[in-house]
Amino acid sequence: MFKKRLLAILLIILGVLIANFDFTKSLSSENEEPQLFKLGLDLSGGIYLEYLVDVSSIPQAEVKDSMDALRDLIERRVNTFGVSEPIVQTKQPGLLGLGDGTKEQRLIVELPGVDNVKKAQEAIGMIPILEFRENRSPEEEVAILAAKEDLRKAIEEQRENFEPDPLAFENIHTVGELTGRFLDRASLQFNNSNSISNGEPIVLLEFNEEGAKLFTELTKNNAGGSIPIYVDGEMVSNPSVGEEYAKAGISGGTAQISGGFTAEEAKDLAWRLNSGALPVDKLELLESRSIGATLGEKALDAGFQAGIWGLAIVAIFLILWYRLPGLVAVLALGLYVAIMLALFKIIPVVITAPGIAGIILSIGMAVDANVLIFERMKEELRAGRTIQDSIREGFSRAWPSIRDGNFSSLISAIILFWFGTSLVKGFALTFGLGILVSMFSAITISRTFLLAISPSDSKGFIRKLFGSGLSKS
Amino acid sequence: MFVIKHRKKFFAISGLLVLASLFLIFTRGLNIGIDFTGGSAFEIKYAENRPEVSVAKQALNENGIEVANIRPFGDSSFILQIKSTDSETQEAILALLTQLNPELQLEMVDPHIIGPSVGAELRSKALIAIITVSLAIILFIAYSFRHASEKVSSWKYGMIAVLALVHDIIVPTGLVAFLGIEVSSLFIIALLAILGLSVNDTIVVFDRVRENIKLKISKDFSETVGKSLDQTFIRSINTSLTTLFVVFALYFIGPESTKDFALVLAAGLVVGTYSSIFIASPLLVEVEKREKTQNKKK
Repeated sequence: MFKKRLLAILLIILGVLIANFDFTKSLSSENEEPQLFKLGLDLSGGIYLEYLVDVSSIPQAEVKDSMDALRDLIERRVNTFGVSEPIVQTKQPGLLGLGDGTKEQRLIVELPGVDNVKKAQEAIGMIPILEFRENRSPEEEVAILAAKEDLRKAIEEQRENFEPDPLAFENIHTVGELTGRFLDRASLQFNNSNSISNGEPIVLLEFNEEGAKLFTELTKNNAGGSIPIYVDGEMVSNPSVGEEYAKAGISGGTAQISGGFTAEEAKDLAWRLNSGALPVDKLELLESRSIGATLGEKALDAGFQAGIWGLAIVAIFLILWYRLPGLVAVLALGLYVAIMLALFKIIPVVITAPGIAGIILSIGMAVDANVLIFERMKEELRAGRTIQDSIREGFSRAWPSIRDGNFSSLISAIILFWFGTSLVKGFALTFGLGILVSMFSAITISRTFLLAISPSDSKGFIRKLFGSGLSKS
Repeated sequence: MFVIKHRKKFFAISGLLVLASLFLIFTRGLNIGIDFTGGSAFEIKYAENRPEVSVAKQALNENGIEVANIRPFGDSSFILQIKSTDSETQEAILALLTQLNPELQLEMVDPHIIGPSVGAELRSKALIAIITVSLAIILFIAYSFRHASEKVSSWKYGMIAVLALVHDIIVPTGLVAFLGIEVSSLFIIALLAILGLSVNDTIVVFDRVRENIKLKISKDFSETVGKSLDQTFIRSINTSLTTLFVVFALYFIGPESTKDFALVLAAGLVVGTYSSIFIASPLLVEVEKREKTQNKKK
């Protein structure tokens, strides 16, 4: 008995600690506002975009790499939005088009806090551009840089009536003919040609026939100089071309970019070049949703309120109907909610409006196990057992139906999760977790509390406290 | 015992409910949302008061825009659903509505576009999920009631549970058809949640039957089932009540986006509880009776 009471007190303390953890804001990364929970787009506001990715011309074995390259590329583009926590993910085909997979390759982009769908779509949807540019003459370059510097200063000093030199808007490199269209592929290689460069990571470029000709021409013209390589208007590399190529240029349709890369950097550059060279055939917008921030906030608030009210009504009902055991059930329910919230935080589960509905529904279900047990206890009490015996017997008798009932619900939750689109998944996950945790809370927490407070005396007023509903016993 | 004795009446009530629901579904049709058909939806938000819905709808229709659905929303907004997904149509709509009431300020909020293939995918997935859940439940019940199959084979327990499920799904769907609620992916979630809850309910009653068969409380199967029902009755009502409380909280206080969801769920809960008491268990008795007479004939 003493042990049970100690355990009950420990459980309460644990519950308070968990609740405290639930409502402590945590930082998941440094440059982000601390949040209680991870909120889905429908609650935080933002944009959801889903694309169908056309990979029909890509060999099966390379599809995954292409999709990775695509994700990487889109991630970089999305980052230019300055969104706090963008999500870019790919969906691969799965068995029968179920589970996480779809029948096609998909790309999903989530932009919390962004509300301009059109701009987002434009930024994402454009096919990246890989360009091999050329240096201007030194004089031109100096003039452009000077003009740019002037403009920068003018903006800094907020000078009025400043007429910027048109040169300031020129790029210091001119755009040539050779673009990603002519690149077959870029790949990470390790240079083993001589002992000095032993194993140095390099990026190998392979051009198609036409590209090879253009590249020969380009290297011939720029021998002794460099060829700046741009992806999406941003210089990613500026390899130099040896003097010796002034006569014939680099032929053979391959070139290598070296320059003290780490393997990771070289791989990244290869990816970026590959993506500039069309990692996929086409992006087609399948679905887009935009949720205003105020609407999301309102939904979150309403969901929270509904949860509190639902919990309160259930608590009142339980105490009125089941008296002392009802109070125990309310305690167990409180712990249940605390554990659930902690799990959401740890896993972490992204909370959406359907997710909240799942949580609220699971509160109703968490009560079920308690109700089953209490009804069973009442029967045992009526049969003339002592309170303690009734508690033990009630639990063991109710267990098979709790187990089978919850197990069948769990089956639906798992199938839902497997089948799920993102919205359905949120619901299935909270629903499934709810079933597991509620089973645990009913058979361990309620039991511990009940045994801890159960008196050895089974008569009179105390017996009434354990009675329930409209019964007189 | 009351329920068992009058079981034919309850079968009739349920039969009528199912027929009425099917009738509603087929005559009124379901208001299938763009989640399934593809299309776009958005809110047209007016600064002050909005024009009459019918006027706006007419103006759009006359100009060749296929409006799937238009309804008032909030104080001064419409929710508009159209079949097309391109941005030109959206701009055309804005222009038309501005032309209609030039004095009113309006803006388009929260556009939401779903391609037709996404809708088709959802449709097939939803069907597969519902069928898979039903099959899994038959298998599970057949397995876990294998020791209670002396009078009625455990397969039949499973099949009866699923029959009750079908009932529990059709009736709320009928309600949805009647009220013209949009069938969205949330509706599918609600149906699947009803599946889970309803089976849970049915299993609890069956479990008591299983236990009472083991305890041999009566030689008569119908009496065994009747007593089991009496014993689990309060539990069934109380569990449904508590779940209904939270669902109502969700409906009245919860987010706008899950209101219809809560309503469907509430209907499913009520019907589900009803069916596990008044349909599933009496059906057990019915099946047993038929098997008995058939055996006698042999």
